[in-house]
Amino acid sequence: MARVVVNVPAEAKRGEVIEIRTLAGHPMETGFRRTQLGELIPRDIIRTLVCSYNGVEIFRADLHPAIAANPLITFTTVAVESGTLEFRWTGDNNYSAAHSAPIKVV
Amino acid sequence: MITRRAFLLVGVATAAQAQLPPNIQQIRKQAFDEAIGKVVGNAPVQEGRVRLDVPPLIDNGNAVPLAVEVDSPMTEADHVKAIHIFTERNPQPNVLTAHLGPRAGRARVATRARIADTGTVVAIAQMSDGSFWSHSVKVIVTLSACLEEGLI
Repeated sequence: MARVVVNVPAEAKRGEVIEIRTLAGHPMETGFRRTQLGELIPRDIIRTLVCSYNGVEIFRADLHPAIAANPLITFTTVAVESGTLEFRWTGDNNYSAAHSAPIKVV
Repeated sequence: MITRRAFLLVGVATAAQAQLPPNIQQIRKQAFDEAIGKVVGNAPVQEGRVRLDVPPLIDNGNAVPLAVEVDSPMTEADHVKAIHIFTERNPQPNVLTAHLGPRAGRARVATRARIADTGTVVAIAQMSDGSFWSHSVKVIVTLSACLEEGLI
């Protein structure tokens, strides 16, 4: 199981801009490195991160090999209503990870 | 039996294979321009409104904190559609493309990148009105990314 960590404030005021931090455990192998025997190590990266808020997509990121291992992506959103934030990472070699975080808007 | 000549030839051939092409800078620059061209097309890219936060001196190119902030009200009528980050000297110029919308509230994205060599890092913001704004920062890299365990 892929390891992911997401930081979302548990409670926010309506209309407040909240910061969301996401971290996924992944080596992000670039496909440019070689082993000591000179063989190319095949690329293995996370390609996309999608975040949806109560089913509506609010953020999407395309990742490239130039993102460091264990990709950390920080972004913001407006707290509009209570519900859940869903995160989905997809990548090479059928990599897929998902996480959901509840948010209470007062 | 291996003659001295044959041995030397093999050595030279291996060295030539292992080395990067001599015009690598030109190739990388071309790829960099091409990648930016793919995003902006023929539209002019203006300086300003974008702030790329990256340390000017990087000790370890394997994990460089990058933050991009765009000056935008983020309303339905006027918001940032996407933020693109490029580096000049990596084997591939693209770093990150973030697609935002008015629901982001604030146009700010942060991540950690790999930077291969001393050069320019560029952030380009694509606005909802079709204009492009950019900020480029020159960085110095002491320990390059991608170089551990052999060659690029």
